[in-house]
Amino acid sequence: MSDFFFQLHPVIQGLIKGLAVIAVIFPIAGICSMAERKVSAWIQGRPGPNRAIPFWFAWVPVLGPFLQRLGIFHVMADGGKMLFKEDSLPGHVNKFYFILAPIVAMMPALTTVTAVPFGAYFDPAGRTIPLGLAPVDVGLLAVFAVSSLGVYSLILAGWASNSKYPFLGGVRASAQLISYELSLTLSVIPVFLWINAPGTEGTMSLARAVEFQSQPGFLGGTWFIFLMPVSALVFLISLFAETNRLPFDMAEGEADLVGGFHTEYGAFKWGLFFVAEYSHMLIGSGIFTLLFLGGWNPLPWLSLGQFAALLHVAHLPLAVGVLSIVIFLGKVLAMIFFFMWVRWTVPRFRYDQVMKLGWQKLLPLAIANLLFYAIAIAVIQK
Amino acid sequence: MDAHPYAFLALFAAIAVAFPVILLSVAQLWFRFFQPAKPSADKGAAYECGVTPTGDSWIQFKAHYYLYAILFLIFDVELLFLLPFAVAFTGLSAGALATMLVFIFLLAEGLVWAWHRGHLEWK
Repeated sequence: MSDFFFQLHPVIQGLIKGLAVIAVIFPIAGICSMAERKVSAWIQGRPGPNRAIPFWFAWVPVLGPFLQRLGIFHVMADGGKMLFKEDSLPGHVNKFYFILAPIVAMMPALTTVTAVPFGAYFDPAGRTIPLGLAPVDVGLLAVFAVSSLGVYSLILAGWASNSKYPFLGGVRASAQLISYELSLTLSVIPVFLWINAPGTEGTMSLARAVEFQSQPGFLGGTWFIFLMPVSALVFLISLFAETNRLPFDMAEGEADLVGGFHTEYGAFKWGLFFVAEYSHMLIGSGIFTLLFLGGWNPLPWLSLGQFAALLHVAHLPLAVGVLSIVIFLGKVLAMIFFFMWVRWTVPRFRYDQVMKLGWQKLLPLAIANLLFYAIAIAVIQK
Repeated sequence: MDAHPYAFLALFAAIAVAFPVILLSVAQLWFRFFQPAKPSADKGAAYECGVTPTGDSWIQFKAHYYLYAILFLIFDVELLFLLPFAVAFTGLSAGALATMLVFIFLLAEGLVWAWHRGHLEWK
């Protein structure tokens, strides 16, 4: 089976992988939307969505009511509604850019997935082979470069809508995104200062970051969140801002901008923005997991290799691969739960507070952090 | 057989663009044949909380956004030079390290200048 796959033309292989990613990202985004409603209900002490059920499924004895209470069918109802409701094109919009904006939103959201490794297995020689779509050497740099294109979709949507609230939302959101991008990039540099130890090739690869957190010994097995807590904190806060999540919900800002940049959108075009936002969250959580939470290592000081040996599956590449993907996805989903938890716990910032936090607190903190680690690592290694 | 890794990135970008385009056009076909659009003056109006839109939609907004954009541009270009520094860090001599520290100092100094001039204050 796998031989057959690798004999195909690379372009066809790529197409299959691409469709696989879309087939994974879209349901996860849908499930995240349901989880978001359920988690918010849970935090606010109400039942949440628990009504929708297709009549033919109501006859299934135990499973039917259980899935109904879980709200699974609301996702399908929402998806169906998104596809089939009238896709009205308001008369006042700039049609070309109005349609282009959601497509531009999807582009970075789906492309960045390629550079994120999501698991690993061991080949017979005992080396770790990361599982990823494109083994890009510059890993993180590619992710940053492509994901920063996402700002164009916001500003295009806001501008093309030719309406007051979307325009303000788009301008605000783009200023916010570019402000926090600086802290985001600065906060990961100490990690790569640490990784690029003497005797190793210089790299920006995310898989190498995980490898560094799965070495034997106390310092080798330490996750970077313990080694560089300030970096992790700055990265996390910037991630919230970059994904437009509350408390940095300036792009949408329901309270003062109605729906922000996507006020004039509806039906499937709105759905594309929505999926793009969730896949940004997924990828951001994935990068945070890889850089600071040990990637596919189950616990600090317990690497994937040791864990697989404990379970007596270290010699089975398939089992180790599945195990690593499960651990990695588990951490990513835990991060997404954290996103939702914060959303329903912390109140929104005002715009001036957002800018103040980004430029006057996080950016100096990130620069000081970088200086500290640059000097500390230089002193240790000299 | 081994394709260039970036070729895959490019292919994937193409898929990422083609996918929404195809879905949107399929949706358009569906609407054309099964669910014809029913436009109305109210539906096509700009949304302003349900009341009739007033005035021009090209409103004034703060020029301050541009200041942030310019500051971002400066810092972002400088950041780009820090990444190769991080990759080549341990192979560097003490002199190169000191040069890099001066560079980071210049970065910080730019921030201090903008701060001092009040450009970072949202007014």
